[in-house]
This record gives sequence, structure tokens and C-alpha cells, in this order.
Amino acid sequence: MASKILPASFRAIRQRPCQINLHQWRFLTTSSRRTSDALQIHRDTPDNNANIPFKFNAINEKLIEEILKRYPPQYKKAAVMPILDLGQRQHGFTSISVMNEVARLLDMPPMRVYEVATFYTMYNRTPVGRFHLQVCTTTPCQLGGCGSDSIMKAIEDHLGIHPGHTTADGLFTFTEVECLGACVNAPMVQINDDYYEDLTPESTVALLKALQASAEQTGAAGGVAGLAGSNSKGMGSTSGADRGQDGKSEVSDISATKKYTAGGVNAPAPGPLSGRKTCENSAGLTNLTSEPWGTEAFRKDGEL
Amino acid sequence: MITRRIPSSTLQKSTVRNVSAVRSCLHGQQEPPSSQQRRGLATPVDIPQPPKKTKWGGLKDQDRIFQNLYGHHGADIQSAMKYGDWYKTKEILLKGDNWIINEVKKSGLRGRGGAGFPSGLKWSFMNPKGWEKDKKPRYLVVNADEGEPGTCKDREIMRKDPHKLVEGCLVAGRAMNATAAYIYIRGEFYHEATVLQRAIQEAYKAGFIGENACGSGYAFDVYLHRGMGAYVCGEETSLIESLEGKPGKPRLKPPFPAAVGLFGCPSTVANVETVAVAPTICRRGGDWFASFGRERNQGTKLFCISGHVNNPCTVEEEMSIPLRELIEKHCGGVRGGWDNLLAVIPGGSSTPILTKKICDEQLMDFDALKDSQSGLGTAAVIVMDKSTDVIMARFEKGQGRPREIDMLQELTKQVEGHSICALGEAFAWPIQGLIRHFRPELEAKMAKYAQENGGIPYAGGWGSDARVQGQLISPGQ
Repeated sequence: MASKILPASFRAIRQRPCQINLHQWRFLTTSSRRTSDALQIHRDTPDNNANIPFKFNAINEKLIEEILKRYPPQYKKAAVMPILDLGQRQHGFTSISVMNEVARLLDMPPMRVYEVATFYTMYNRTPVGRFHLQVCTTTPCQLGGCGSDSIMKAIEDHLGIHPGHTTADGLFTFTEVECLGACVNAPMVQINDDYYEDLTPESTVALLKALQASAEQTGAAGGVAGLAGSNSKGMGSTSGADRGQDGKSEVSDISATKKYTAGGVNAPAPGPLSGRKTCENSAGLTNLTSEPWGTEAFRKDGEL
Repeated sequence: MITRRIPSSTLQKSTVRNVSAVRSCLHGQQEPPSSQQRRGLATPVDIPQPPKKTKWGGLKDQDRIFQNLYGHHGADIQSAMKYGDWYKTKEILLKGDNWIINEVKKSGLRGRGGAGFPSGLKWSFMNPKGWEKDKKPRYLVVNADEGEPGTCKDREIMRKDPHKLVEGCLVAGRAMNATAAYIYIRGEFYHEATVLQRAIQEAYKAGFIGENACGSGYAFDVYLHRGMGAYVCGEETSLIESLEGKPGKPRLKPPFPAAVGLFGCPSTVANVETVAVAPTICRRGGDWFASFGRERNQGTKLFCISGHVNNPCTVEEEMSIPLRELIEKHCGGVRGGWDNLLAVIPGGSSTPILTKKICDEQLMDFDALKDSQSGLGTAAVIVMDKSTDVIMARFEKGQGRPREIDMLQELTKQVEGHSICALGEAFAWPIQGLIRHFRPELEAKMAKYAQENGGIPYAGGWGSDARVQGQLISPGQ
């Protein structure tokens, strides 16, 4: 060690005064400050402080009852994640009052709830726009299709915002995320709960325009409480309500993009935007083309 | 005295066969078994017999387990039953835990979540001697937190064949005498969660799970739990932590989850695909499943091929299928032809990268990929053509010194095997693979950078004139 320090100190003495830069003189304990757009701490703001009351509505109260039944009674706190999610869906984001209410419901110290809310990335602790665009930029999406870089650029150019920001009208929040698990359908974007896959820059812009139009049609503004995936579809996964797959909404092909109509509003249907059905080879099936087997394929050795 | 000599020709022949077993299989050649094998000190006790099968791949549709992979029919219970789900489940349950575990052991099924641990053995850990004296509940936890980049197989199972998973929970749960199953699905899979939840409700309604599952007298519950976005929760102990309502930080092992797991009770974490194939294995027989793939790597497997291929897709294929066949048959080949291939990541981002030279003859199974110093992982094949740059940002510019490559290598070696979380290795392996195969490329880039910028930069990417400018603060730099 001495052999390393000694020559260095000699060098320091030999240095001409003009070479000694102010940057070199720092306390041992300080490190350079890095700013981040997502704080791990809570700061009281007018729309997010402990004095804003929050109560679960009647539908969610019923759901909470259902959720609590899934876990052993002495481990009530296991329900903290689904209930925080319900709170986020009702309130629009996970505010400090949502966390406090969940802590009260589950008899947990509030700090334990804060720990959970800050650990998981899907709890938005600041308000997000009506449409939360989460673009996957992990390896397969970066490579596949036209590449996620071009999608990022298309969104940035169209909306004029950068990852981590919300548009001025509060309609879109744009974030860059890690693998969303739809790699075969790369590149893709998750908008609130829906996956839009097999994107191209053109279909991405068309998708954004369609979403803007649907928001205008309903006269909805962004950033209003309870908007990001709330009300009818905010019933959590217990309800089994599933748009586009339950037969209640009619799916029809309009031009290149699939659309579905719900409540008189046209919105692009989730899924691949390239015309592909799901994860099959887009040039035609390479397998599963023959008649599917049924019970006749099972063992005949009499074991069952 | 017994002679311990062995004719050198025999010895040579047997070693040669050991090494080239894979290669000769590929070419479909079989060496005739030599009539007399004499045992010498250096000869292994059982000389491997030439494999019965030498070509893999080309699975037939009637042997595909996930028939609804491309959405042929609905995900509802009627369609599922029409194509063989929930058929004679009662009889399987009544056969008992040992029968199911034996069937799974016979099938040679290895965990599909990445590590490739033999499933039958893993499930049998739940039933040590005297397990029935313990009155605590016992849990099967299904890991559906599919976050490994490149992997999208579990998603397809959950949204198109949810009943295979629900029934799998029941069968696997019966094998380990579990009282309930928790399916931990990643929060981003909202639609998948709704489809799965509906399947669970349908199964309850039909009496297939619940108090008296399928009328067998066995009580079994299935619950769904949505995660909220944390890659680390794919690790089994952090998944358990997360399920208990805490931040998903891995636990120290031992105690292993089979002893103390979820809610302090014995539990086992298994991947979606592993669980979902269990009922079909029981119904078609372990021997049927074992007839696919190489020895110790049997079965069928969902492969997800993404990246620079013409038509990326998810496909169920036989284990040990050659990588090239997989890509060319099902994905329309590499963009710009096979010769345009730069490298392949064979099992999700956590497995070391393979160069084209290896890919030419690579078989896709656990052991063959281990021999190539990589791993099958989740069988998520990420293909990269020559336009890709595989190197990290700073090194990409060549802004580093060769010594740093060794530093990085040493860092990964220290993490490997010393992390409490299985994902520690997942961080170390890709870097090791990169250094193993692309070191000359890295060094060439660095030399080029040094030439263009007037000297080798200091470690940490500082310019070669940083000291003169007074930017360096540490003597070691």
C-alpha cells in the first residue's frame, strides 16, 4: 500500500500549482450528486400529501374482501400488493394516502407499505397521464422487427416528450421499461394494461393518434383521479372482466389497424398491429396445421 | 495377477467416441459397438452405448402438448375438455403421490424455468419421511413471473391454455401433497391474469378444484397473485418474499423452501411450463414424453425465437433439436441468410452468448449447451445478425484498457457462486460469455480508440490526458 501512496504523494508535491484543480479537493465521504426523475422518497405536494382523504369505493371494498380470502388469516399483509394496485386504479396513482389507507386496512405499520410501494415499479407514486406508454427497450425488442429505438424516436417526435415525462395536456406519460415478456412480438409498447405488439414507427403514430381521438371523443382530460385503468376495467383480476375477449365488445377490422368499439368509442384493439394473430410465424404456420388430437391419444396400457 | 493393461487402440477408440458422441450423432453416423471392452484404469465403468436416436427435431402435431399455442380454439373449459384437458383427472389423483412422481421421473422432465433440475426429484423433496405428521398447510407456488428477456412462453400458456396450468397445479400439487397453489403472475400480464382467473373460476364451478377436487376427496385450492413489476421476483425465494407482501429480496438458503417456504410452510416453486405439462405426461405416459430428445434431456419444449430472424415465433419442438434447424424451419431463417449470423443467446439474456461457429452444430438441450459453456435457460433464443454490436457502451467505443477486461472477468467470477440470489450468476454469465468469445474484438476496439485519441485511456474511461488536466483523484488510476 505504502508503495502505492508514496509515489503518488511525491507526484502531488511535484505538481505545478496550476495543475491542481479544484475538483480534486473533496471530502472523502461526499460523492457527486446525481439527479433522478423518480424519487425514492416522498415529498408533500398539493396533490399528494397525507391530508388528502382516501377511501375505497363500494366495488373495491367487495373485491378486497375477496382478495383477503386468498391468504391465510394470520398473513393478512400478503394482500398488500393486490390492494395497493386496487387503490392505484381507483385513485389514479399510489399516493401517500392510498398507502396509509392500505396500512390501516391490513393492520400493517405504514412503513411496511411504503417499502412495498417503492420497491415495485408498477406503483406510480406520482400522477401519470391517462395513457401510460411503456416502451420495452430490452435486447429482443431492440433487435426484433424495426427495433425499439425507432419506436422510441417515433413517440418522442410525435408527442415531443422524452422518457419519464408527461405531455402538457396530461394525456400521455412516456416511460422506457425492461422486458415485458412479448419478445416474439417485438417491438412492443404497453399502454395502461394493454400490449400493442409488432409495431412500426407508422403504426405507433397511428395508434397514438387513435388514442388521442378516442380521448377527445369522450371529452376526457388527462391526469384526472381514477383514470389510468380505473372504473369498468379497474376491478382487478378477480372480476374476469376482459376487454376484447368477452364478446361484449365487437371487434372489427378497420383499415390496417384492428379496432374495437366499446361504449360508442373506437379504440385500437390490443395485440399485434401487423395483422398477425399471436405468436405464430407471420409467413404461415409451420406447425399445428393438422387436426388436433383429443382423448384418443392417451395411454392405453391400462394405468388410468 | 489381473492384467491392468489395455490395448491402446481400444482405449483410444472409446475416448474418441465419448468426445465426439454429439458430433457423430449429428451426422447420423453410428459406430459399431466393439465386441469386447476390457476395463482399464482409465476407462469409465460403463462405456456409453451409441444412442438409439441420432436425429432430433421435426416433432409431429399429435405429439405437441400445447395445441392451442396459436389460438386454434378458445381458452374456455369446454374447448379445453374437448382437446383432452381434465380427462380422467380423478383417476390420476387417486393413483397417489408416488405414482405421479414416478411417472414424472420416468418422463425425464427437467424444470423449464432455467435451472433444469429434475422435476420428479424436486417434487419428491416435499414428501420426506414422516411428512404426514406435520399438520401445517403445504404450498405449490407457480412461478409465472416471466421476466427473462427473450422469454414469452408462459404468457402463451396462460392466455391460451390456462386449463393446462390449472390442472397442472392440481396434479403437481397432489404429487407433493400440497393444500393450495399460488400462481405468481407478473403484473404486466393483465390480460393473461384475467384469462387465468376465469379458468380458475370455471374449474371451481365444475368442481375440478376446491373442497373435493374432481370428486377424489382431495381438497385443493388455486389462487392467483399478481406481481407488480420486479425482475428479481423470478428468483424463487424473492418470489416467496413478494407473495408474503414484502419487497422481493432473495432469502438465504438453507432453509430451502421445501422445508420453510411460503408463510413458513413447506413449499415448492415450479415454472409454469413444468407444471402445465404434468397432466399430459400422466395421461400419455412418462415413456411417451421420454421418447423425445437426448438421454437426460427428454421431452418437448416451447422455444421462443426472437431478434434478427425473418419471422420470429414461439414453437413447441422436441428437445435437442439442432439450433440451425429450429431457426430455419420455424422462423424463416436468419435475416440475410445463415452466413449473416453473428451470435445467438440460447436461453434468455442470462445465458452466455454463442458465436456462429458454435451455432452451426449446436443442439438445443441442457447438456449440449452446457458443453458449449452456455445454458438452455428458458429456451429463449435471441438471434443477432452482423449489424449488431454486442459490446457494452463504453467498451463499444473502445474507451477502456485491456486490463479492465480482466477486472470485469474477475468481478463476475467473484459473484458467481457467492450470491444468495440465483440471479447473481445470471449477471455474471453473459459477461463471461462475451469475454470468452469476443475478447479479440474488444481488444482491437481499444487499440483503435487509443490510436485515434492519443493514448490508452485510464481505467474507468478517463482520457489519457486526464491526469494532466487534474481530473483524476485516486492514486490507483
